[in-house]
Amino acid sequence: MGKWFKSGSPWIWMTGGAVSLSLIAVLGLLLLIAWRGLSFFWPADIYEWKLRDAKGVESTLIGEIYDREQVPSERLITAGVEFAEPPGEFVTRYLVKTGNREFVGLDFRWVLETDIVSRSTPEGIALIERSKNGNFYGYPVAVIENGKRLELSDVQHSLEEHIERAVDIGDKATTLQKRDIGAINHELERLRLKERRAELDGELTDSKKHEFEAARAKLQADYLVLEKELFSLRDDAGRDSVIVRDMRGEEVQLKLDSVLDVTYANRLDFIGKIGHWFGGVANFISADPREANTEGGVFPAIFGTVFMVLLMAIIVTPFGVIAAIYLHEYAKKGPLTKMIRIAVINLAGVPSIVYGVFGLGFFVYMLGGSIDQLFYPEALPSPTFGSPGVIWSALTLAILTLPVVIVSTEEGLSRIPSAVRQGSLALGATKAETLWRIVIPMASPAIMTGLILAVARAAGEVAPLMLVGVVKLAPTLPVDMNFPFVHLDRKFMHLGFHIYDVGFQSPNVEAARPLVYATSFLLVSVIVALNLTAISVRNHLREKYRSLEH
Amino acid sequence: MDTQVTTPDSAASILAGKGSGRRSFKDKATAVGVTVGGIMVFVALLLIFFYLLYVVKPIFDGASVSERAAVAYDAASAPALMVGSDEQNELMFRVGSDGKVQFFRPNGELADEFVPALPAGVTVVSASASVPHEQTYALGLSNGELELYRVEFGVTYPGNVRTITPKVRNLNGDSRLLVNESGEPINAFTFGRSNNELSVAFKGADGKWQLTKLEGVENLLTEEIEWSRSGALLPDAPSNVQEQLMTPDQRQLMLRSGNKIFVYNIRNAEEPSLLQVIDAGRAKRQLNDFSLLAGASSLLLSYDNGDVVQYFQVNGDKGRLYREIRDFKGLGHIEAIGTEFYRKSFATVTDDGRLTLLYTTSERELLSEQFDIAKPQALGFSPRSNALVVDAGHKLHLFAVENDHPEVSWSALWHKVWYEGYPEPQFVWQSTSGSDDFEAKLSLMPLAFGTMKAALYAMLFAVPLSIAGAIYTAYFMSPKVRSVVKPTIEIMEALPTVILGFLAGLWLAPLIEEHLPGILVMLILLPASILLSAYGWSKLPLEWKQRLPETYQELMLVPVLCLVGYASFAISPSIEVMFFHGDTRQFITNELGITFDQRNALVVGIAMGFAVIPTIFSIAEDAIFSVPRHLSNGSLALGATQWQTLTRVVLLTASPGIFSAIMMGLGRAVGETMIVLMATGNTAIMEWSVFEGMRTLAANIAVEMPESAIGSSHYRVLFLAAFVLFIFTFIFNTVAEVVRQRLRERYSSL
Repeated sequence: MGKWFKSGSPWIWMTGGAVSLSLIAVLGLLLLIAWRGLSFFWPADIYEWKLRDAKGVESTLIGEIYDREQVPSERLITAGVEFAEPPGEFVTRYLVKTGNREFVGLDFRWVLETDIVSRSTPEGIALIERSKNGNFYGYPVAVIENGKRLELSDVQHSLEEHIERAVDIGDKATTLQKRDIGAINHELERLRLKERRAELDGELTDSKKHEFEAARAKLQADYLVLEKELFSLRDDAGRDSVIVRDMRGEEVQLKLDSVLDVTYANRLDFIGKIGHWFGGVANFISADPREANTEGGVFPAIFGTVFMVLLMAIIVTPFGVIAAIYLHEYAKKGPLTKMIRIAVINLAGVPSIVYGVFGLGFFVYMLGGSIDQLFYPEALPSPTFGSPGVIWSALTLAILTLPVVIVSTEEGLSRIPSAVRQGSLALGATKAETLWRIVIPMASPAIMTGLILAVARAAGEVAPLMLVGVVKLAPTLPVDMNFPFVHLDRKFMHLGFHIYDVGFQSPNVEAARPLVYATSFLLVSVIVALNLTAISVRNHLREKYRSLEH
Repeated sequence: MDTQVTTPDSAASILAGKGSGRRSFKDKATAVGVTVGGIMVFVALLLIFFYLLYVVKPIFDGASVSERAAVAYDAASAPALMVGSDEQNELMFRVGSDGKVQFFRPNGELADEFVPALPAGVTVVSASASVPHEQTYALGLSNGELELYRVEFGVTYPGNVRTITPKVRNLNGDSRLLVNESGEPINAFTFGRSNNELSVAFKGADGKWQLTKLEGVENLLTEEIEWSRSGALLPDAPSNVQEQLMTPDQRQLMLRSGNKIFVYNIRNAEEPSLLQVIDAGRAKRQLNDFSLLAGASSLLLSYDNGDVVQYFQVNGDKGRLYREIRDFKGLGHIEAIGTEFYRKSFATVTDDGRLTLLYTTSERELLSEQFDIAKPQALGFSPRSNALVVDAGHKLHLFAVENDHPEVSWSALWHKVWYEGYPEPQFVWQSTSGSDDFEAKLSLMPLAFGTMKAALYAMLFAVPLSIAGAIYTAYFMSPKVRSVVKPTIEIMEALPTVILGFLAGLWLAPLIEEHLPGILVMLILLPASILLSAYGWSKLPLEWKQRLPETYQELMLVPVLCLVGYASFAISPSIEVMFFHGDTRQFITNELGITFDQRNALVVGIAMGFAVIPTIFSIAEDAIFSVPRHLSNGSLALGATQWQTLTRVVLLTASPGIFSAIMMGLGRAVGETMIVLMATGNTAIMEWSVFEGMRTLAANIAVEMPESAIGSSHYRVLFLAAFVLFIFTFIFNTVAEVVRQRLRERYSSL
């Protein structure tokens, strides 16, 4: 044994253990996120429990099992829980999502196994997704169409049809409100700014005033027409309702204009569940968030992230590539080059929050403030570019990711055999021509790699964005149908910030948690995919030039 | 840099034929453009550095004072009781001790004048001024009555032009306030008032000090205010009182007699009690004057030799007593002293006209300059503290004051500071609060401490794992496995920290809280199980070993470790029941007396360690892997074992690389924001305990930056925090890079 220790073999095993631990941690983490994120969309069974507590009071509970844990019964007893008969050493405790928030107060409830009399999965229970107050669980009993109760044998079919109709009309109303009415509001605001501008320039004559008035009156009239249409649509959507028997045994009437979907989870077979799962994923990616971001989809966050990252890529690529070309092709060895290299290393190492602080002070307040004074005096004192926005976020992240592009591009440049350059120069090309026609095309995969890595880094960065442009809920996207179509001054939503906000700032963290896992999974998979692409492009490149060199 | 190509000098001569001019121009333009682009990177770093510095610098600048106007007033006027100005500094006022008020414009014009209307045959015998921000004064009359006045400024905008109208309001209203019941003159007094209460301490005709409190109650029927009176003689009052002060909340009264200050509790006007006698005598120094600092919690005592000493109440064994907190020395022979309305600044003027601006908490002398204000009578700040009015030489001098950040100083940021109401000097970060008379406490120490603590725990977790992992991957692992393992661990670096933070805060923290015994057991069982497996492996018959695939030998520990980990968690509840009465958290709090936060340093250490592992692993692995093979081969050939070769040759050679890896990791841990933000409670405490949280510089910026006003001291201190982070990481990264460069050169020479 002593000899074995002396040989150092145990220490080698220990180092091996460290690698194994790191691997377990990495893979475990990814699996955890994937599992939690993806299982969120899987339609869970809906149970009906008959409960009897220590005092013998009986009750019914309907809901999904959300979590379960083993609790030492000693702890429960000290906490004042009473048991009808002495429990074992541990008691299983279920966290049940009961929904029906407006009737039971909390939509989560802990249930002790000792209280459970029976558990069943009745086929008649449905999960009703609503746009307000979260999910509703219960037995749909009847559909009310235009005030008339339809007594049907197949409630499910009729209910689904009516919901579809209501959702269709609701969508129309939303489109009308967001697109058409939104456009009028935008136009009115532009008119106001134009008038103010004219006033500031001293050109607001009476005739112009009348023009503005006329334009405004016309818009107002259009608005009234649209508003009427909107109200009639909303009335139409709220025509029908459904009667549901909930776990208290009471019949509750739910208006269909706030119902989004109904799922008879216990009736679904495996194929049906898979279909439902894909539907859930699609909805998650394409829908707007609801209920303070704790429900619905993440489309605006995806859009905001992608838009900001693209903007950043447009800014960072030329600078990064030029800097790399300078360092590799043009720079002479000297103190300046050395300093630039140290600058690159340091730019990569400076904490991201420092970039955020710099971006807020320099870009937003200084640059943006000056732009406002020069070009948007009519909107002052409310800032246009002088407040955090998507362009400033993109600029801030461009500086942050600059070293990534530089390092990657330079690596690509250094892999191009010098014989290729010398050949071009020997044939009479100038250095610039060699650069444009030979070096850059050959280095383009490396530039691509750098860009992908930069995009991956930027997509995951949150801390600086919290200061320079991200918000928890942006009413409008940075791109829409209103002139000038791309609004670089707008604030935007971001997947990473969405995770932070929903996970830590939302009022109902427990309900929002699965959504955060799903968002995390989305973000992680995008970033890991980007990184893997970058790695494979880079490896491919290495192989290619390895063969060139020989 | 071996592939670097330099342009041949004769390049221009090659460019012959048509269009050569354009080609050479393009060539030159590209060269210039690329060079400028390259230098831009350097400029970007400099820009960040200097911009941060540019924002931070004003907090360390002193104040500046310039004289705006000097307005002469009638030399025969009574001595000044109070001077000051309006918010816009468009009007100065001077209250004489006879109650006459004069308002002057800076151009010398007398804007208004007020003379109190007194009943016939009654004269003013004494006068007293309130604390500066109330701008109130009172006159003691020969018939035992008191007149109360307030200086007010009304702002109107006739025709869009701001017009300020001065006014002196009689606060008595229609009633007469008989303070001295005997109807004898009020010889000396001090007062404190609120809307319906007035406390007056005065010296009666018999030379005895009395306290009178008048409480006004509005009669619901007649809507007249009826005054009820209570009062008593002050016990043990000194016979020779030079000065007297009352706090505006009418709770304390101070009488100065020589070097002694008698502090009374006058909350109950019927029974005033002597709280404390401050013996402010100092060797060969004579107390000259005393006044209240803004907020009325501190006393400023000024001595004839130019010392000013701050006193405030501190909780001690004998209750809350005044004690000496800090002093300012060498201010000259102080003739007048004035305090700001809301901040803890004060100004002194000496008899030869030296004006000094000081701030108590930060112990800063912001300015000391000579002006033509010898023999000053009084001085007063303007409400916004951007102007100062000094009455000297029968002139009112108006000074513009620029003093934006007096509360920040090196000592306030990095040393313990004794704040008002605190039992002792402390490091405190508390930038905002609900109450109005709140003093921001901007000590960076707790934040720097939190940063270090978080980084330290992260490194404790990350360094052993990542270095050991790097050693194994670089030195023992088969190339095939290495090509999979290395990128897998490195991909962790790309993982957004917001996700690590979210998992740490919402998944890991409750998990650790729930399974604390399991975590402890795991710490012991994991290494033990590795050693056990190793021993088992060494005892395994040779033919078994050969049958197992050699390439993946390294990964055989994975299932073992998974199993051990799972087992630790599984037995955790049983351990909890057996040793910790079924609730570890309760046990730690109650039996061990340690505070336990759910989001604590342990969670941060693990989560941030995770974020740092790939950084350290990657660089250290590179360093070990690139140790020239002939070195290790030589060692092995001389008969050293693998382990001996590793520790005595390979690691020694690669040690600078490993050092630089750790530096890089430290740099990353110091600046990490999201993980600490989400995985700690973000309370700025200074405790090393692993079960308590912290607040780091970076997280603090993320939390407070969006709410801080541009240009405020708070905003600039947050920039300073960013600057500190910048410098921290700059040093770490530069050192790491320089070490790495050296190492690379050494390898290439080997």
